[in-house]
Amino acid sequence: MEEIPVSYYLVLSAILFACGVTGFLIKRNIITIFMSIELMLNGVNLSFVAFAARWHNLSGQVFVFFVMVVAAAEAAVGLAIIIAVFRTRETLNIDQVNLLKL
Amino acid sequence: MLHLVLFSVFGLICVAGAVNLLVQKHPINSALSLVVVMASLAVEYLLLGAEFVAAVQVIVYAGAIMVLFVFVIMLLNAGEEEHTSGSTVAWLLGIPGLLTGAVLICWAVLRYSGGGGVTIGALPGHPKDIAQLLFHEFLLPFEVTSILVLIAIMGAVVLAARPEAVQESKRES
Repeated sequence: MEEIPVSYYLVLSAILFACGVTGFLIKRNIITIFMSIELMLNGVNLSFVAFAARWHNLSGQVFVFFVMVVAAAEAAVGLAIIIAVFRTRETLNIDQVNLLKL
Repeated sequence: MLHLVLFSVFGLICVAGAVNLLVQKHPINSALSLVVVMASLAVEYLLLGAEFVAAVQVIVYAGAIMVLFVFVIMLLNAGEEEHTSGSTVAWLLGIPGLLTGAVLICWAVLRYSGGGGVTIGALPGHPKDIAQLLFHEFLLPFEVTSILVLIAIMGAVVLAARPEAVQESKRES
């Protein structure tokens, strides 16, 4: 069986994380910003699994499971907040959501 | 050879999806490219042998969470994003800074991660072994996440309910 260096997987996960950070900074739509956060979580998950395979320790894969649970909870609450924001302000543009209280 | 080819093909699909997420103006296009990223990530997990994680990735991420996103995009009738032109300084400093950072990180990871290779299916993560860990070593965190999910459900219901509906239910009780 030929091997490929584990660093290839780490570079891929770094690229995904960087794309997530870039999207978080340059996007102006709240929903797309939220999707960029999910992209960052996915990038971190890949490095967890890669390290688990490298060190032959299953704990890394269990941690991915926990990250997914937290991501699901976060998605539910975050999207509920987006709905509440849209209901009060009638906009999804992050530039117009600049006050804590209306 | 097979491992490298599969890794490169699905890694490229993954990166293309991530870049497409940034480029697209309409949120629904971004959501669909995020589905592509997650599906190809599931294949990468399979290459590393993490069968359970790959299955959960497809079911929870590409299934449940993305359905939630698409549902909210359609519910709020989100249109194309209004573009605000960034400042010139941000463009001039940001793009070279981003490229330098990316090259530095890739160089550092490739140079100092100590070698060490992985074969196809290097660490088979059978559901049985994962469950063994989850229900013995990680039992407390597992139970804590159940409380977290319960709180998240209640929070989502309270936040997304219409204010009038909350007041009516208070009056009734």
